[in-house]
Amino acid sequence: MIELLGIPPQALFGQLLLGLINGAFYAILSLGLAIIFGLLNIINFAHGAQYMLGALASWVLLNYFGVNYWWALLLAPIGVGILGVILERLLISRLYHLDHLYGLLLTFGLALIIQGLARNQYGISGLPYTIPSQLAGGQNLGFMFLPNYRGWVVVASLAVCLTTWFVIEKTRLGAYLRAATENPTLVGAFGINVPRMITLTYGFGVALAAFAGVLAAPIYSVNPNMGADLIIVVFAVVVIGGMGSILGSIVTGFGLGIIEGLMRVFYPEASSVVIFVIMAIVLLVKPAGLFGRTA
Amino acid sequence: MKKIGFLVASLVASLFASTAFADVAVKLGVLNDRSGVYSDLAGEGSVVAAQMAVEDYKAADKGITVEIISADHQNKPDIASNIARQWYDQDGVDAILDVPTSSAALAVAEITREKNKIFLNSGGGTSDLTGKACSPNTVHWTYDSWQLAHGTASAVVANGGKKWFFVTADYAFGQAMERDATEVVKEGGGEVVGSIRHPFPGTDFSSYLLQAQSSGAQVVAFANAGGDTINSVKQASEFGLAQSGQQLAGLLVFANDVHSLGLQTAQGLMLTESFYWDLNDQTREWSARFEEKMNKKPSMVQAGVYASVLHYLKAVEALGDKDATKVMAKMKETPTDDILFGKGMIRADGRKIHQSYLFQVKKPEESKGEWDLYNLVSTIPAEQSFRPLDKGGCSLIK
Repeated sequence: MIELLGIPPQALFGQLLLGLINGAFYAILSLGLAIIFGLLNIINFAHGAQYMLGALASWVLLNYFGVNYWWALLLAPIGVGILGVILERLLISRLYHLDHLYGLLLTFGLALIIQGLARNQYGISGLPYTIPSQLAGGQNLGFMFLPNYRGWVVVASLAVCLTTWFVIEKTRLGAYLRAATENPTLVGAFGINVPRMITLTYGFGVALAAFAGVLAAPIYSVNPNMGADLIIVVFAVVVIGGMGSILGSIVTGFGLGIIEGLMRVFYPEASSVVIFVIMAIVLLVKPAGLFGRTA
Repeated sequence: MKKIGFLVASLVASLFASTAFADVAVKLGVLNDRSGVYSDLAGEGSVVAAQMAVEDYKAADKGITVEIISADHQNKPDIASNIARQWYDQDGVDAILDVPTSSAALAVAEITREKNKIFLNSGGGTSDLTGKACSPNTVHWTYDSWQLAHGTASAVVANGGKKWFFVTADYAFGQAMERDATEVVKEGGGEVVGSIRHPFPGTDFSSYLLQAQSSGAQVVAFANAGGDTINSVKQASEFGLAQSGQQLAGLLVFANDVHSLGLQTAQGLMLTESFYWDLNDQTREWSARFEEKMNKKPSMVQAGVYASVLHYLKAVEALGDKDATKVMAKMKETPTDDILFGKGMIRADGRKIHQSYLFQVKKPEESKGEWDLYNLVSTIPAEQSFRPLDKGGCSLIK
């Protein structure tokens, strides 16, 4: 059999595809972070907890209200997004004139509180959530067995990422948003309600996290710490892509998923470190990130 | 006449007091994970189990005053050490209970030996507690890595699962587990066709599962614990490992892990435990009382805390004294007998000996309730459940 880099090409294709799937989660989560940072200048450390709330909400919806996965995919992000809006109005909006550090501390504290409450209520072992019957099973692609659900994750996250990118970069609404990032006073002078736009943007970023949480519920353990484990990696992705860069976060999310996937084949012991090594190198060579603009 | 009657009565009363009334005050400290990954299988549930033991033993009627305190060691050996020192030196704790997380358990064992107190471990997994790191002050009650690896692996090999692939958490516990299980597989005439060491903790295991799937192994064994095991099994089900004819084996799986996975996902998984709530009428009755307080069934770790406290109190009552050296000697010379683990004994190296059980996770249609999780495959006799006394390298054994 022909071997590529020491392993059969079939195995390599399989691993590339898996990397892309994991990258899908990084992409949605880092996209939310990038939007929030770009517009609010807040480093949203509660993002992981909000991702967890999305997964938890889909479990609650299914077990207490009989709401299936597809509705949860819509309702959970809306619910968690509204929670985000409330948080922004009540707490985060008071910190805009202060240093980044205050926002970071506040959202970090919120994350701890949310995780603690969830742990108190649901325990730590996690809650069962099965794959929706329409997406059970999988396809034999010849080089690997691809579960239908994983295929759906890639499609759904690509669609959400590209739509978000399109709205922000190509529409009038997006233009207002970008303008407000540059000069909120001037945009306000044109009669646009900037504070409301900022609140809704935060809500949208949070809803993206919750959406990723619903996507994750059937394949990862749904437990109060699920976001805390992931969020550090996602922050590294955002830093590599360039803080606040929309396209950067999407591309690096998928790209780093693939690199991490390859690492799992060649040297699995280092797979959790590789992203941070890349982050260190990128920061040395291009401190603003791969897609970031130097201020 | 009246005087004599009074004299007799007081004599009888004083006799009664000296035999049945031990009049000792003991302080027990439950030291475990109260907020992290092991807080469901140990945590507050272990404290409740210890209190139930004190109530069931009617310690107060027998003149033993028991105070139970608890603390969170956050699965960190340094925090566990600090709390243990403070408890022994300042708070007058006589015995420390539970202590999951092997590294924390080893640290507490060392301090207990130094202070000559008593350590009744239930939550820790490493078999080194009664091997290289054994101590005259430690009793390792519930389970250990040797027991679980041997229970599960030898049964699976005997059933014809000869080619193994390991998915191992890359730290001391996972490596020890893989080492012990590999030994069993080779003894049974099987072979290990591949293994992978994943960073701890991990979230996505699909890459390793894909390698396991294409390795041609008949058995895919998970030498990891807690959330890692849950994620591994969940994703193995997604990638259809069982449908493609591979048998899954969990080397450390607790009932609450299976409950969290759901039967749909976990069905068919083979695992070993020392206790399960649904073994017999006694375990069911006790577990129902536990559930009233905790809203869930007990884990084997919590059951172990209950049983070890009972045995400790028995020794204290018999001696009328809480001196650590005497109590340890008494605990080791008295055979153990309780409603949860049955008859057993504590060996010279501190290993508690009892039966273990090989279970297979039920199919969803076989289950009659939320916690009806296992089918009993076989019972492993007490004398075969644990590592032979002379094989552990314990310095107490000459």
